Amino acid sequence: MTGGMEMNYNNLVELVNLTKKYKNGPVAVNNITLAMARGRIIGLLGPNGSGKTTMIKMLNGLLRPTTGTLTINGHAPGVETKKKVSYLPEKTYLPDSMKVSGVVDYFAEFYEDFRKDRAYEMFQSLNIALNAPLKTLSKGTKEKVQLILVMSRDADLFILDEPIAGVDPAARDYIIKTIISNYNENATILLSTHIISDIENILDEVIFLRHGQVILQSTVEDIRINKGKSVDAYFREVFVC
Amino acid sequence: MSWKLYSDRPIYSQIVERIQVQIVSGFYAPGDRLPSVRDLAAAAGVNPNTMQKAFGELERSGLIVTQRTSGRSVTEEIDMIKTIQKELAAGKIGEFLENMKELGFSREEILSLLKEETE
Repeated sequence: MTGGMEMNYNNLVELVNLTKKYKNGPVAVNNITLAMARGRIIGLLGPNGSGKTTMIKMLNGLLRPTTGTLTINGHAPGVETKKKVSYLPEKTYLPDSMKVSGVVDYFAEFYEDFRKDRAYEMFQSLNIALNAPLKTLSKGTKEKVQLILVMSRDADLFILDEPIAGVDPAARDYIIKTIISNYNENATILLSTHIISDIENILDEVIFLRHGQVILQSTVEDIRINKGKSVDAYFREVFVC
Repeated sequence: MSWKLYSDRPIYSQIVERIQVQIVSGFYAPGDRLPSVRDLAAAAGVNPNTMQKAFGELERSGLIVTQRTSGRSVTEEIDMIKTIQKELAAGKIGEFLENMKELGFSREEILSLLKEETE
């Protein structure tokens, strides 16, 4: 591991010897120790099956570690951390029969830190009608709705699993701007993606995962300085097939 | 002027260069207030910490100054802006001379070519 890690910094997330082995299955996360500082935008990068989603699910308390510990703000994932973690899952989970306005109300009721005004502003900018039932929206628009809901919270940790995979380039730019202008400067965004080139300029650091292990944690500027390459090009080099 | 940033070089130094150009060219006049880090970062599509680092560098060089109450602004010291303008020009000229030498021109030939082109 190089760069990016200031040990005396106030860490938001800490993983110590974290391991997840599925019953009768592979070791998806293999003895990971790392820290994520506050106020960072961090890319979690790795090929399919490298352990990204398993790690994300453990951060959200959806999976229990086999061994090792994981803390957010000093707490193990649970009721306490859910109040402060805003999670965008890879697959949509919003009920199709609801209207956009309905899911806004639902989020506002569920999360104390939800900011309706912020959500409405973003829906307006992207021309998403509030009275539209979700089932009438395209896949890309549904993804935008979900991302807006997730980014409208005043959370400490935003975990975005493949947030821009299905949206068109123009909306992608808007979403990136939205992420930059909306997140609180003490909050951390953990973003897993395959589309590195589009988002690498907004990242502070990257974590490369392979076979459930961290093979690199570095600031993106260090990669550019030391390797003379974009993060995207370096990723392709490291994970060459 | 759109933000053309290349991902294979440090982003912050590209931002520094760009804001320097905006200042020496008068896009931002001496004493002008600059947009916030967050707004500029969003406009450029870059990480706010990267923009902050670029601003830090520009502050150290004296080209921009921070007032406690009114944010950041361009220095009012015109001599300093002129100095940076000259430094940037020297860099561009050096690059140009290198390129011309690569094409096989001597100093004298380059000068007379320049004269022809600018007349």
